[in-house]
Amino acid sequence: MERKHFVNSFFWFILGGSTLIVVSFLGIILWDIFSKGFSSLSWAFISSFPRDGMTQGGILPAIIGTVLLTLITTLFSVPFGVACAIYLNEYAKPTLLTNIIRASIRNLAGVPSIIYGLFGLALFVQALDFGTSVLSAGLTLGLLSLPYIITTTEEALKRIPNSLREAALALGVTQFETIKDVVLPKALPGILTGVILTLSRAAGETAPILFTGVAFFINGISASPYQEFMALPYHLYMLSTQHNEIEQVRPLAYGTATVLILVVFSLNSMAFYLRFKNRTQD
Amino acid sequence: MEEIKLRAENLNLYFGKKQILKNVSIAFPKNQVTALIGPSGCGKSTLLRSFNRMHDLSPDAKIEGKLFLENLDLYDKKNSVTDIRKRIGMVFQKPNPLPKSIFENLSYALNIHNYPKHSIPNLIEAALKESFLWDEVKDELKKPAVKLSGGQQQRLCIARTVVLRPEVILMDEPCSALDPLSTKKIEELIEKLKENFTIVIVTHNMQQAQRISNKVAFMYLGEIIEFDTCDTIFKNPKNELTQRYIGGHFG
Ligand SMILES: Nc1ncnc2c1ncn2[C@@H]1O[C@H](COP(=O)(O)OP(=O)(O)O)[C@@H](O)[C@H]1O
Ligand SMILES: [Mg+2]
Repeated sequence: MERKHFVNSFFWFILGGSTLIVVSFLGIILWDIFSKGFSSLSWAFISSFPRDGMTQGGILPAIIGTVLLTLITTLFSVPFGVACAIYLNEYAKPTLLTNIIRASIRNLAGVPSIIYGLFGLALFVQALDFGTSVLSAGLTLGLLSLPYIITTTEEALKRIPNSLREAALALGVTQFETIKDVVLPKALPGILTGVILTLSRAAGETAPILFTGVAFFINGISASPYQEFMALPYHLYMLSTQHNEIEQVRPLAYGTATVLILVVFSLNSMAFYLRFKNRTQD
Repeated sequence: MEEIKLRAENLNLYFGKKQILKNVSIAFPKNQVTALIGPSGCGKSTLLRSFNRMHDLSPDAKIEGKLFLENLDLYDKKNSVTDIRKRIGMVFQKPNPLPKSIFENLSYALNIHNYPKHSIPNLIEAALKESFLWDEVKDELKKPAVKLSGGQQQRLCIARTVVLRPEVILMDEPCSALDPLSTKKIEELIEKLKENFTIVIVTHNMQQAQRISNKVAFMYLGEIIEFDTCDTIFKNPKNELTQRYIGGHFG
């Protein structure tokens, strides 16, 4: 009895301790960044261009660049990814080929992001001649995001019970209408959760945009998808390691990190909220 | 001579290599209730689902033989499966309302089948009355259907089928997930519905089969063992297996 009690507390200690360590790391990182970054945050910081060799001014072009980039990524990866997941889960017969396709997609999710960067350089920048541009970079990030979107969408569709599909089909509703009117609306919160988490991850990526269009600095922003762009993660990398006056721009770097984290956090809390709302509905 | 509404001729059905239905021939009379009974796993649901072609979505299901709705060959490639399912409705074992409002659960298929917009509210009211649900829901038609009780949900599923005026309603153990009171309501409902519809119902409950059905088919291991009037099957069965089953000796 004594021994059992001891083992029990021991495991509680190990498990609780691990959790505590992980959470405190997260806490320390956040504290470090926020405490040093908040002082740089101001309306001017997020609404003006960098000045004086980037030792002054704000990060507006990097914010706009990241938004544009994420928009292109979304437009490309969400329709294709969701369509592909619908095909795999609703239409494809469970043959060997289907399973091979599914396994390949899961494996693609494990490919390092720098490889996507090189692939994007070869395909979009060179072969398709989009140049180093926000379009090339967005498409590259789209490719990176596809496997996640397909997988999470398929999981969301799998959670819809077959009895619901049969309910509609038995009324003489076609399979397409059943998917459109019954399955997709019910799966939507799950799909959106996956999409948002994927995009928030893509928005923070640096390696895939490195060769495909991100720029050190740009003077102005046009509406063209063929322009080079600035992006928050790369701007941060540049301010922290590549700048001549690293000490002087440190506060700007922390400010940029704070903005990036806030963007990713708000996306993630949106996903969290959707999942929570969906769970309480059932 | 009774008029036949729905029938199967020499139906063999396989899931992969496993034969589930063995040379099933059966004819269901119009505007009557026919009950399918038999131990679980004997193929009652499989037989029922052959008629509205619910096996179309199982890639490993293989069907031989002929099925007819009157003179319509149900598996003829020329006939549209959505038309067939509209004419042969189905109510499932577990109530499965669509994740929509009560009203939309009925209007959805009406819209899909292009019923004129202005006729829809009246059709819905009539179907809900016919399914003994109107008085309970008439003030909250916008409420999500999943908020209804299990028994109400099942009557909604029946109403959803009835509103399309099918010729046949297939019911797969519609009361097995319900309490006795809801079960009683649905039995009364079936009694009423058979004036307008041909009903084929799977049930595990012998008393229920006796109460509601005109004819009874006893199935065992994928075969129809005996098919006769309700009275004959329960009072005077000819086959020894039927006797043992209704006597409760196996199940
Ligand atoms: N989709 C399917 N794939 C493979 N086997 C199935 C499938 N559906 C049912 N079966 C098998 O067919 C047999 C009959 O099932 P079912 O018709 O549901 O029986 P019942 O309704 O009489 O209880 C069972 O052995 C069951 O395992
Ligand atoms: Mg069954």
